[in-house]
Amino acid sequence: MDIIVCVKHVPETAEADIKIDASGKGIEKSGLVFDINEWDDYALEEAVRLKEKFGGTVTAITLGSEEADATLRKCLARGADTAIRLWDQKFEGSDGFATAKILSKVVKSLPFNIILTGAQAGDDGYAVVGTMLAELLGIPHATMVKKIELEGEAAKLHRELEGGFEELLELKLPAVFAVSTGINEPRYVSIMGTRKAMQKEIKVVDLAGTGLSESDVGEAGSWIKVEKLYVPPVEKQAEFLKGSPDEIASKIAEILRTKGVL
Amino acid sequence: MTGIFVLAEHRQGQVRDITFEMLTKGRELAQKNGAELTAVLLGKDVKDHAKTLAEHANKVLILEDDKLENFNSEAYQKVLTHLMGEHKPLLTLIGHTSFGVELAPSLAVSLGVPLATDCIDIGYENETVTVTRQMYGGKVNATATFRKAQSYIATVRQATFQVKTEAPLNGQVVEVPSPLSEEVARKRFVQYVPPPPGGVDITAAPVLVGVGRGIKDVSNIPVVEELAKTLGGALACSRPIVDKGWLPTDRQVGSSGKTVKPKFYLALGISGAFQHVLGMKASDLIIAVNKDPKAPIFGVADYAVVEDLFKIVGPLKNKMQELKGQK
Repeated sequence: MDIIVCVKHVPETAEADIKIDASGKGIEKSGLVFDINEWDDYALEEAVRLKEKFGGTVTAITLGSEEADATLRKCLARGADTAIRLWDQKFEGSDGFATAKILSKVVKSLPFNIILTGAQAGDDGYAVVGTMLAELLGIPHATMVKKIELEGEAAKLHRELEGGFEELLELKLPAVFAVSTGINEPRYVSIMGTRKAMQKEIKVVDLAGTGLSESDVGEAGSWIKVEKLYVPPVEKQAEFLKGSPDEIASKIAEILRTKGVL
Repeated sequence: MTGIFVLAEHRQGQVRDITFEMLTKGRELAQKNGAELTAVLLGKDVKDHAKTLAEHANKVLILEDDKLENFNSEAYQKVLTHLMGEHKPLLTLIGHTSFGVELAPSLAVSLGVPLATDCIDIGYENETVTVTRQMYGGKVNATATFRKAQSYIATVRQATFQVKTEAPLNGQVVEVPSPLSEEVARKRFVQYVPPPPGGVDITAAPVLVGVGRGIKDVSNIPVVEELAKTLGGALACSRPIVDKGWLPTDRQVGSSGKTVKPKFYLALGISGAFQHVLGMKASDLIIAVNKDPKAPIFGVADYAVVEDLFKIVGPLKNKMQELKGQK
């Protein structure tokens, strides 16, 4: 069972202070902590679990500049056998479609039964790469996957629907599965594993290596162009409660009393 | 502007809300630009749905086939490729739902039609389609444009466009023969899997304490559970807490969990991703506690506390016990 896992190196923004940069089209990256995209973390874990169960290899691939090596090292430490980083200055500004095109060219030359990736990325949130990649490769796909069971050349999958419902599907391999968070419990990495991963080689593939032309990648090869970023307007203006924790607790109690909650 | 297509989403005999939300937005765009609004309905025995949709569209294209009984992105893709090729709508709207994200990206690639996903607004001016979408977990909005093309696809976020009561359009229902010749062999729907029966019905609780990532560790769950009890309510949570296995699925509030409407919702350490907000914003009273003054949850809260949640939990519990004692 040869598995490719596509991962992305993204800034952690859930608890960070985000500032829009001078261009107005991006955010200020300095001061932000980067890590493997949360969804991809689960995809990586699923890839390693399948390898442990069925044998074979795991290849981790990312598209990104040199900083993204940190995420590939994490993949290697967690059980990936090889790592490939796709980068060329010309790739800068690639949207989901351009990214899928670049990935498809490189993946085509590798042996695989399954391609895993996260259902979406925490930065741009397009939720398209896995599905587009499958279409470009001419193989079936499923996204928002919550459970994978393999039976020979087929997979039984649970896909997440709304409101806690799921659907059970059967797919023929090779296929692309884009996974949801919570599909498994990603493992911690031992210090030994991290050390070993530092010594492994990361292969870098540039534009020429993909066989694509400049017009296929980056902004030129993208469908979507971000024109402007802005802070979302609030739906309603909350009243901020201030004071010491005890004062705040009293204020909340008073609100509950006057609103008849108590 | 040439026509607008809205792909009707339905499941187990029900047309889903997103369909009417998209038709509302589609109608607004169509009327402003003198375009025709078409609802596209695929399925088996769905003529009743067609009647409902006709009230909201200038035209309903209904295509029935046994092979479309349940949603299968590959069957849908084949049919839509056929319909979009024939009618060439300028804009096609698909829900950014579980079905939509399974379908739209591969459909767009196969047609070579630019796609923008998870849109919270769509505009059309000077022959340019502009979309608004969110990035970085809802902390930033982005206005984006498409690469110039003959046709565009946008997936639309759920519960973004409010359905308006408008005069019925009484659109014409047009039956289209199915282009599907055989079953999709490589992808097959087997069955729906309902959520496991839960021990706690959070939708029935008058008070909910919702916890998110800010809870930091599973060992902190008992403290907030006790606060919930003191408040006469139950403990609920956002998705990351269930993903980590700290609380069971039946406690999850949001689009992939439950929709709740308690008298009081106390959000502790919840950033306020739209998926969560969707499930709790109808609560009568919302108080949110978060360290990050820019947390999106404050955008739907009545009262906001910028503070470490653990500094508030203890004093609030004591205060509530004190008040109870006085009664």
